[in-house]
Amino acid sequence: MKLLFALLLCVAPAFGTASKELRFAIPGEPKSFDPLHLEESNSQTISYLTSGVLVKINRVTGKLEPELADSWEIREGGRAIVFHMRSGLKFSDGSPLNANDVARTLARALDPKEASPTGDTFRSSDGPPAVQAANARDITIRYKSPKANIDRLFDQLGITPARSGKLPASAGPFFVSEYRPGEYVRLSRNPYYWKRDPEGHQLPYLDSVRVDIQTNHDIELARFLRGESQMITRIEPDAFDRVSKEKPGAARNLGASFDSEFLWFNESPSKTLPDWKRRWFTSAAFRHAISGAIHRDDIARIVFRGHAHPAAGPISTANAFWFNRSLKPRTADPQASLKLLATEGFHQSGGVLRDREGHAVEFSLITNSGNTVRERMAQLIQEDLGRIGIRVNIVALDFGSLIQRIAKTLDYEGALLGFANVEEDPIEEINVWLSSGPQHPWWPSEKSPATPWEARIDQLLLQQASEPSREARKKTVDEVQRILEEQEPVIYLVNPDYLCAIAPSVKGVQASPAPPQALWNIERLRIE
Amino acid sequence: MKWLKRAALVVLASIALMGILAPQIAPRPYDAQSRESADAPPSSAFPMGADEIGRDRFSRLLYGTRVSALLAPAAACVSIVLALGISFVAVSGSRIVFFGFSGLTTICLSLPWIFLFIILRAKLPLNTGPALSVGLTFGLMGLAGWAWPARVFAASIGEMKQSAWLMQARSAGVREWRIAAVGMWPHLRAIALAQFRILVPAYVLSEASLGLLGLGVPEPLPSWGNLLRDLQHPDIVRSNPWVLAPLGLLCIAMVCLELLQSSREAAL
Repeated sequence: MKLLFALLLCVAPAFGTASKELRFAIPGEPKSFDPLHLEESNSQTISYLTSGVLVKINRVTGKLEPELADSWEIREGGRAIVFHMRSGLKFSDGSPLNANDVARTLARALDPKEASPTGDTFRSSDGPPAVQAANARDITIRYKSPKANIDRLFDQLGITPARSGKLPASAGPFFVSEYRPGEYVRLSRNPYYWKRDPEGHQLPYLDSVRVDIQTNHDIELARFLRGESQMITRIEPDAFDRVSKEKPGAARNLGASFDSEFLWFNESPSKTLPDWKRRWFTSAAFRHAISGAIHRDDIARIVFRGHAHPAAGPISTANAFWFNRSLKPRTADPQASLKLLATEGFHQSGGVLRDREGHAVEFSLITNSGNTVRERMAQLIQEDLGRIGIRVNIVALDFGSLIQRIAKTLDYEGALLGFANVEEDPIEEINVWLSSGPQHPWWPSEKSPATPWEARIDQLLLQQASEPSREARKKTVDEVQRILEEQEPVIYLVNPDYLCAIAPSVKGVQASPAPPQALWNIERLRIE
Repeated sequence: MKWLKRAALVVLASIALMGILAPQIAPRPYDAQSRESADAPPSSAFPMGADEIGRDRFSRLLYGTRVSALLAPAAACVSIVLALGISFVAVSGSRIVFFGFSGLTTICLSLPWIFLFIILRAKLPLNTGPALSVGLTFGLMGLAGWAWPARVFAASIGEMKQSAWLMQARSAGVREWRIAAVGMWPHLRAIALAQFRILVPAYVLSEASLGLLGLGVPEPLPSWGNLLRDLQHPDIVRSNPWVLAPLGLLCIAMVCLELLQSSREAAL
């Protein structure tokens, strides 16, 4: 791979000067261009291409590489880190970028009023770190106790300028130069980007990136096949088969992903949820019964055409180090589900499952419209649960309305979605599992843990967050996985393979299953 | 050409019968998934093949006919009756009423209905049953679709009011209701039928796009609209042309409606 990389660098300058635009699509509206408020994958994609970070994880080697900081040292036994920044750095609007901007960005991320998901990653069990910019180039971040992953965390902190606007300036290879809601986001090359290739040409090679907002995957596919776009960042399994037939060399299976598809129930004290439904949803037996009635292997085989495998928990079975090997994917057993439901007073009458008080068990399952895979999964789940007398009403909503319901208004019952896991290390998902996390699926931003097991998960997560030893952390993370299996607040279904399509004209791609897959080295991509 | 009209009537009646008798003639329930037969080609077990999750396309078409072939025309009738009523009131009222009517139709035609439907979805409970969702969708389309036919009706009625034959009838003392029923209705009926033919396919297809907003005919209930959404996947069409069947039925129904209109009316 190293040799390939070197070869690519050698040929790169020849194409560096041509005026080129890369075009691809995201499936929905980015909710924010602020790198501290990335609540869904569309904003994350834009942020990957625009944010300047102190250090970046090479998605192929897994090693940390210098970016805005040209060196760094971990000190005091993993409690503190010092970054030395490059000189002469500038934001895309020409304003200078120095250690004070890093300090200010971090302070804003950690400000509870901001409720920034990025901020949660930087907190530790004994509070936020002390941030000190000694001069314009050196910055120290000091925790009270050792912090796990203290250096790699900074791959996620996009440094923001003091002046924020609708289209904020950025320190990455591109900046958002135009945004037409519902149509596209145009990213133009940052004229002040610091990085150069070995020949001394300023990066990025591309002049601009046009990110279309296209909820319809079929249109996205048709555009790609016509050559109007150069990339489908994630492709559905049946479209994958078609691309491999029609554009040989363009379809790429990057192997098992860390992503998972899952469903969960609203356990928040939302006013729109009747008491009896909250009682079902907060019962572990009910959740196990639902989980046990779903045929995961059918989902993998029919919906994903074999390009997926049943999931066993929050960490993908493909994540060799962190996955708890003692967990097994649940095999479908509707009879066992019915028995389990009977222990909670549920009974069948006339083919309909009823609870102790006689309410027919029926709930709505929201998912995002235009996503054929999720819609089909929902249809299989509807049928599976129908067999044990549960009526599921599938409601496919546009992505914006869906996020609004699950994150803000909490006006929903069940939701079927997937999370794109950012990294191998589960610490990255801490804001999903901490009960106070804004992305905590079943009850976002709980004031205090609602159940003893949530409190235990919080405790374990915070404990491993200040544990420098990977092996010790693994034990703690294994216990978190075991609790999540025992309680099943989120019913994991499958881990899909990562499938994408990249036109052969795009050079310099080093795709990896870790997000942002083919885009992580965007500054080195070229179009021939 | 009487035989042609008769044939058209027979075809239309059999499409309607297909829908009405769906539970009796469909070989399988519309929602039964034979998971081992996902994407199966046409065979004796699945006359039109099976869809991606193994449901019988033929049975789904029959049930879809039930929903679409009965409800889309019903919604079109609602639109036309509403349009007729409103345009009669507008034309027979004062100039201010007519002015108001023109303004209202302009607003209705320029309103971005999609946003109203998004708001409606947000207000509706998520557990809205299939029957209510279907009823609401077609009902709303019926109510929302009055403006265009109303304009055509109003223009035609306005024209007729100034015609010599109507003035003569009035001066001869013919009563208003008789003028409307005997003099005006035959003209308006031709327009109504033409509008009906425009609205029916429009409603069938709009229902399909409303599915994307979480409205329309909810899964697993089939309709011509949501069956036609398969056409977005060209691969499916290539491997199983029976996917086009709902479109074929829609075209046949429209041609038959055309034939039913007498040549004299069509000329108008």
